[in-house]
Amino acid sequence: MPSPKRVGKIEFGLLSPKEIRKMSVRKIIWADTYDDDGFPYPQGLMDLHLGVIDPGLRCKTCGNKASDCPGHFGHIELAKPVIHVGYTRLIRKLLRVSCRECSRLLLSPDELQKILGPEEERNDDVITEKDIKKERVCPHCGAQQNKINFEKPTTFSEVWTDENGRKQEHKLTPADIRGRLEKIPDEDLRLLGINPLVARPEWTLLTVLPVPPVTMRPSIILENGQRSEDDLTHKLVDIIRINQRFKENQDAGAPQLIIEDLWELLQYHVTTYLDNEVAGCPPARHRSGRPLKTISQRLKGKDGRFRGSLSGKRVNFSARTVISPDPNMSIGQVGIPLAVANEMSVPIRVTPFNIDEVRAMVLKGPERNSLTEPCGANYAIRPDNRRVRLNDQTTETVAEMLEPGWTVDRQLRNGDIVLFNRQPSLHRMSIMAHRVLLMDGKTFRLNPAVCPPYNADFDGDEMNLHVPQTEEARAEALMLASVCENILSPRFGGPIIGGIHDHISGIFLLTHTLRWFEKSGVIYLLRSSVPDHLPEPGKVENGVEYWSNKQVFSMILPDDLNLVYRASSCKNCKECKKEACEQDSYVQVRDGQLITGTIDKKSIGAFDGKILQRIIRQHGQHRGGQFIDDSTKLSIRGIMYDGFSFGIDDEDLTKTEYKLIDEVLDEAMQDVTRRITIYNEGQLEPMPGRTLEETLEMQIMQVLGKARDKTGEIAGRHLGLSNSAVVMAVSGARGSMLNLTQMAGCIGQQAVRGERITRGYEDRTLPHFKRGDRGAEAHGFVKNSYKSGLTPAEFFFHAIGGREGLVDTAVRTSQSGYLQRRMINALQDLKVAYDHTVRTTGGRIIQFTYGEDGTDPSKSSFGDPVDVKGILENVLKEEV
Amino acid sequence: MDDSMVEQILSSGLPEKTKNDLMTFMEGKKITSEQFEKVMKQVFVEYGNTRVEPCEAVGVIAAQSIGEPGTQMTMRTFHYAGVAEINVTLGLPRLIEIMDARKTPSTPTMTIYLKEEFNTNRDRARDVSWQIEATRLSEFGDVTTDLVNMEILVNINKEVCQKRKISVEAIMEKAPEKIRSRHHYRDFVHEADADKAVIHFFPKNAESYQNLFQLHNHVRDVIVQGIDDIERVVVRKESGEYILYTEGSNLKDVFQVEGVDTSRTRTNNIAEISEVLGIEAGRNAIIDEALSTLREQGIQVDVRHIMLVADMMCMDGEVKQIGRHGIAGEKESVLSRAAFEVTVNHLLDAAVANEEDVLEGVTENVIVGQPIQLGTGDVKLIAKPIN
Repeated sequence: MPSPKRVGKIEFGLLSPKEIRKMSVRKIIWADTYDDDGFPYPQGLMDLHLGVIDPGLRCKTCGNKASDCPGHFGHIELAKPVIHVGYTRLIRKLLRVSCRECSRLLLSPDELQKILGPEEERNDDVITEKDIKKERVCPHCGAQQNKINFEKPTTFSEVWTDENGRKQEHKLTPADIRGRLEKIPDEDLRLLGINPLVARPEWTLLTVLPVPPVTMRPSIILENGQRSEDDLTHKLVDIIRINQRFKENQDAGAPQLIIEDLWELLQYHVTTYLDNEVAGCPPARHRSGRPLKTISQRLKGKDGRFRGSLSGKRVNFSARTVISPDPNMSIGQVGIPLAVANEMSVPIRVTPFNIDEVRAMVLKGPERNSLTEPCGANYAIRPDNRRVRLNDQTTETVAEMLEPGWTVDRQLRNGDIVLFNRQPSLHRMSIMAHRVLLMDGKTFRLNPAVCPPYNADFDGDEMNLHVPQTEEARAEALMLASVCENILSPRFGGPIIGGIHDHISGIFLLTHTLRWFEKSGVIYLLRSSVPDHLPEPGKVENGVEYWSNKQVFSMILPDDLNLVYRASSCKNCKECKKEACEQDSYVQVRDGQLITGTIDKKSIGAFDGKILQRIIRQHGQHRGGQFIDDSTKLSIRGIMYDGFSFGIDDEDLTKTEYKLIDEVLDEAMQDVTRRITIYNEGQLEPMPGRTLEETLEMQIMQVLGKARDKTGEIAGRHLGLSNSAVVMAVSGARGSMLNLTQMAGCIGQQAVRGERITRGYEDRTLPHFKRGDRGAEAHGFVKNSYKSGLTPAEFFFHAIGGREGLVDTAVRTSQSGYLQRRMINALQDLKVAYDHTVRTTGGRIIQFTYGEDGTDPSKSSFGDPVDVKGILENVLKEEV
Repeated sequence: MDDSMVEQILSSGLPEKTKNDLMTFMEGKKITSEQFEKVMKQVFVEYGNTRVEPCEAVGVIAAQSIGEPGTQMTMRTFHYAGVAEINVTLGLPRLIEIMDARKTPSTPTMTIYLKEEFNTNRDRARDVSWQIEATRLSEFGDVTTDLVNMEILVNINKEVCQKRKISVEAIMEKAPEKIRSRHHYRDFVHEADADKAVIHFFPKNAESYQNLFQLHNHVRDVIVQGIDDIERVVVRKESGEYILYTEGSNLKDVFQVEGVDTSRTRTNNIAEISEVLGIEAGRNAIIDEALSTLREQGIQVDVRHIMLVADMMCMDGEVKQIGRHGIAGEKESVLSRAAFEVTVNHLLDAAVANEEDVLEGVTENVIVGQPIQLGTGDVKLIAKPIN
């Protein structure tokens, strides 16, 4: 392969009138586009020299057809110069810093020296407007300077006071300005930061206007056969029309007033042609009233040329559909419907070694109707790069012609590497490489354990799939982007892939306390993890062999694993009872055997996963991936062994609890009333730096908050580990005790911006309450639980509180999105150089050693370069 | 653990953190030299494995690591951090504020630590706080308007003065002076009577009631004790010492107050820190503030990512914003700037200045459609296999 060519650099400069004429292939003089026969007018805006867009016609400049002609510029000779809107500020600056007579910079050599320093020592600093005093005398020719006024968008005028002390204003025409700028010497321009070789200032006043090629402004043919021109063409028509009229009037010697009006009109059209959103200038509109999208608008903004077309590119070989879960596949796989796999292809080069295999694919053609059939091929590419679509007619002939040098687009098959992505792609784990697994159905399937990095769920989410087309791309995808390589997050050095929801509940139920299984049970549990052999049974009773639940879990652990930690069900007792823990939260693994403790979120969960993290440190990413597969499958079996469900009656409490809850709430209400009375009597002691009202509000919030927590405790006492919600909350699978409190006990105070709800009617939230009522119910305290149901007023307050959450989410996504865009843009060019320094692309050093110790966070152990504790535990086999 | 092991750890050349971990975890444990060998071998292997690789795009990873959890953060602007009395901006708005390098944060606060002599005694701590908390003249006594004599009368309460450790004379001197210097209001004359502890203020224009009322407002609001920017001070006892929390921040002036421990006192105003203590302190302040904001939200982010952002922001010796008016707007590449924000202006200016884009960055190369020079795209060496 020839070495790929690189674009070395891109230089920016202004186009001089000479250059514009030189690159122009045609002078455009007619404002019309097509004649009645639909043929372009010569020297019109659609002149065939400017390129062709209609199929069949040939370009008169390059002789190519529409698909190959890149388009060519033309030009319009303007009757008089006009100002380029983008450069009004530059023009203003130049007029203010140069003499009105001799156009020299209004600074004497001495003054220059003072501002910029001696000539030899000058750097890139430039003269600014502020360096020059207003209305002074030119140091070179002695001419008195006038104040230059600029009025948006494009009007310049000179202001001075005449002998009678009256203010005089004189408008400067673009021609006047051009005359002045032309005279500014090159040396003076250099001092102003302008390179006169590529950007003479007078070129910012246009005398010739380049006409972009038709390929840039193609007309579209509507359904009714009418042509609809591009916005730019519309604008160019306006310019040419006014320009022609201007010329005619000028030649006819029209009065100055008319000339000026036309000049201004021409200026307006050129201005809006360049930028249709200039301040102080009404935007040019389409007949329908829609503002035209002219040159600036094409470049600008999210969907503009830069961000929309150049920084974001569209690709082939991609697919998108709804995702759904499949816990039986590996985390590194992705289930792909046959319909997608048949459409997507991988190019393979034909070599003497694979020619038979490829020929079989070609013969198979594009039809593949079941998962078991071998893959076919969609296209064959001849050595001369011609594509041949494979179908019933062509397969046989192509198969015969096939020889080394050809390339065949093979359909996707099991084991292929593809990139899988879910938007928003907030971090690199949003795109990971998976192995293809062909499946029935019409959705992409993925293991629920990989949901956290994609932030995916299955409520209708869609995901994208890309097929790498080169060997290089596949290698990179496999080595850098595959799921196994991304289990550890570079954000904090812990696992981001791991068990979620039912995986956690399942493994918790399976491993909690001690349970014994018969052989059939053990086999059922471990069936999908496929152990080679069963260990010695833990106990034998009446000749029946039993294995403990901890033994079952230990089967999927590597043999040399040693670690001790506390599970997430740990209650953080003051003194740890270790092995005798009532919650069975003291997890001990010795030589790959789980001795005590319950496995839950802290062991295998995403973000925490201690065991998972330890396995990856000791045995590498692939063993880690294997462990996730095994543990999730085991936990799914575990949860199915007993069954797990959750329903409305799971929040039922007994009469005693309901009574207790009522008492607690009544007490709180009374407390609130009491405090309000104290406040009303003026006896309340304010907290330092707070007003009385604020103090009262804070006290009430506190009392009610405590009351709700108490109801939660009452409910929690009644509902033990036999309750599914408690199991989920304790194991860390989903939900919290707060959720349970709200379902069974009391929903509690609804808040807006951290305060009780006060908005609504005058002095009250709803007309159901008395004016000035400060009581709990009147300001959004919900006494009921979700189970018992809300009163209408409570429901309303709950909706208010809920709405805040929704607004919050909406605002947050846009704000954090922008923050991230800014950060990426600021930091994207940084990389670690070969000398371990962190540098920008320009070679500037940002850090001498990355992160002060050269540790890669994605390989670190939660930020530490070495997991000393883990190593010691593993060697000493005891807790450190 | 014996001395030779300690010696070996200390001379191992490992990072401090690892050495410390080794020492603390192994202390008081019975370790055979065989086990020790094994531990050290594994430590070295792991240390080697965790080095960053050259060409790694650390910038993008840092940006993603801070940006991605942004969606999980709360928007709740106000939150009570430690002290119930003082509100602090937290969560996403605070993170944005830090990255914006604002001159003043929306809720400036200070945590003032005191020197040993002051931090154990509540009264002495309180005394320091009087020197810091901005106190208006109206708090020292009654300000009354005498419409008959066209004057403003201030009866200074000597007890309050005593409590707040300021002499009546000092107030008498300071009040008119500060009205002139801080309020820029000069149209008055005053008479002070130290014995009666009364100050009379007369407007220069004795005819105008409006002037009298204006003067009244100035007299009432003039700050005679404490530092102007610090509106409130709360004294709290934390882990055995008294600490002052403030609303409002003025590092420079607080450092002048007697009893303040300048080495531990801090503010959440990053610009102020970098101005008073230098850019390195500013950089550390950015790291600290960003890290504590994220931690408060329960989000784990590696320090190294934040360090990189902070180093980038401080690279030119001043704290620069992440965004259009800072780092992103000052890039060398025209295309990169144009692709970020204010597209058209960057292109127009580049043309006049005859700028060149050498296509070294990421965006530029994406735009022209060639491989970017990071990661695998940065490797220029290709091995040719020998047949």
